[in-house]
Amino acid sequence: MVGQLRKPRLVNTSEVELSIPKVCGIETEYGIIAKGMDASAVTASSLLINSYVGRFDQNIGWDFQDEQPGTDARGFSLDDAFPPEIEMHLVNTVLTNGARYYVDHAHPEVSTPECRYVNEAVVYDRGGEEIVRQSMIAAKGFLPEGAELIAYKNNSDGKGNSYGCHENYLLARELSFAKMAALITTHFVTRQVFCGAGKVGCEFEAMQHNSVAYQISQRADFFEEEVGLETTLKRPIINTRDEPHCDPLKYRRLHVIVGDANMSEVATLLKLGTTAILLAMIEDNQMPEDLLLGNPVPAIRQVSHDPSLRQTILLENDKRMTALEIQQELCIRAEKYAKKFGLDAVGQEQGELILRRWREVIEGLQRDPMTVAHIVDWVAKKRIVDGIAARHNLRSNDARLKAIDLQYHDMRPEKCLALRAGLETFVTHQQALIATTTPPDSTRAYFRGRCLEKWPQDVVAANWDSVVFDIGKDPLRRIPMMEPLRGTKALTKELFDRCATPADLVAALGDEVSTSNFKPTN
Amino acid sequence: MPERTRKQKPATTRTKSSPVEESKPAAQGEKLIAELDDLLDEIDDVLETNAEDFVKSYVQKGGE
Repeated sequence: MVGQLRKPRLVNTSEVELSIPKVCGIETEYGIIAKGMDASAVTASSLLINSYVGRFDQNIGWDFQDEQPGTDARGFSLDDAFPPEIEMHLVNTVLTNGARYYVDHAHPEVSTPECRYVNEAVVYDRGGEEIVRQSMIAAKGFLPEGAELIAYKNNSDGKGNSYGCHENYLLARELSFAKMAALITTHFVTRQVFCGAGKVGCEFEAMQHNSVAYQISQRADFFEEEVGLETTLKRPIINTRDEPHCDPLKYRRLHVIVGDANMSEVATLLKLGTTAILLAMIEDNQMPEDLLLGNPVPAIRQVSHDPSLRQTILLENDKRMTALEIQQELCIRAEKYAKKFGLDAVGQEQGELILRRWREVIEGLQRDPMTVAHIVDWVAKKRIVDGIAARHNLRSNDARLKAIDLQYHDMRPEKCLALRAGLETFVTHQQALIATTTPPDSTRAYFRGRCLEKWPQDVVAANWDSVVFDIGKDPLRRIPMMEPLRGTKALTKELFDRCATPADLVAALGDEVSTSNFKPTN
Repeated sequence: MPERTRKQKPATTRTKSSPVEESKPAAQGEKLIAELDDLLDEIDDVLETNAEDFVKSYVQKGGE
């Protein structure tokens, strides 16, 4: 039944080690407004992206051959479910850094290239911000005097409309989806205490906007199911889209839609890092069932609506714990797991850093949330909201407080409040700029990015798991990339050095290349 | 190029550190409290002037 978790039956085979590298990536839909002009959200988004892509005189199409967003990980399709539609007529392009930049519904969206390590994904998420900033500047050249497009890295307009920041993680196909879903739900409901982006007011349908002055998460008000396929209606905490974009016999891609977009780099690192480690623990059968939640859907809102962090939520075993206590327990278990099994799934050194920062943020939140205002977005934003409210003696429903909420996420450096909030950073501006054009070394994104950089005129299409070349004679040639950890710099740099033309590349790859029936749509 | 240079005082620019060197949370927290007044001055300077109109006009379509 939709929305109900099948109770997992865990086989206690602790000797079985499944965990695989947690290749990951982030997809961010930005809010967008057109100031000083009339333009629909779709037009504004298209203009923003075309302005950026046009600067390089390069527009590589997206190959939809393998897109199946309606396939359900539970192994069936639902008549009453609405799988997301692919809008083929909208701007959709692949960049030399291996990322996808496109119009999704009525928003510009940046999908980072897939990364082997979570800190790389943070660098590419920052690169995505720089791409959007450069797009806003480029767009001014096409707009009337005084008009501009402004993007916001947030997840709601405060009026009941939400858009997502999705995470993706590579999972072993052998893992039971129902078991994984039940176990990771505990984390998805409670991790917001350190990776929530904060929100003024409430957008949960059944409650008044002013009934909650300030809450932890941008997104928590919008979740209505435990498990499901939708992303826009009846949003589920666990999304079941089964579209691995790689070898489906070996892998799954867990598509996480429950998170907020973070302005804090450390929060992004923790959001991805803690989730990746817990998923590795689940793959290795090292996650006990005693933290399963009784009512996850109401609990995610309850946690979000309580910045005091004192309310308890119900566990399946009828105990009650606060979200912070649950996080502390998950952190302790992850530390024990690390001692016993190591952290190869996320990289040992990275993993140890993530565990230290996880513990640090939990202890800070226990002591006084304000002590982690340099890490946690909802605390950093609340500090500004509370400070301005006290200084000007504002009521909790004053528009200036909601304006602060929105402007915290403004992508214009001269307006962005997050850039002024004292957040700790570890990605340099230079690293973020390099990430706008250069792919990561560590995954097949390197191969995709290098193909686009070296032969932009010959790549007719690309997607996550293939690149299609026109080598001058029919038919088109499709190079499949079904293994996320092949196509790395270590494995293919020499190939790019050696091959002068795409025909050389196709010849060098021999049997791996197939023909393609790709037809450009515009 | 979107240089992140600002005219405002540099007191509240993002503090830079490597994630490898752990921050000292308590010390950093106290520093943040002391800096609050400076931060609020700056926020008052850059906040959208007509908050009511800005908030009202910020309307998005649902996404994903």
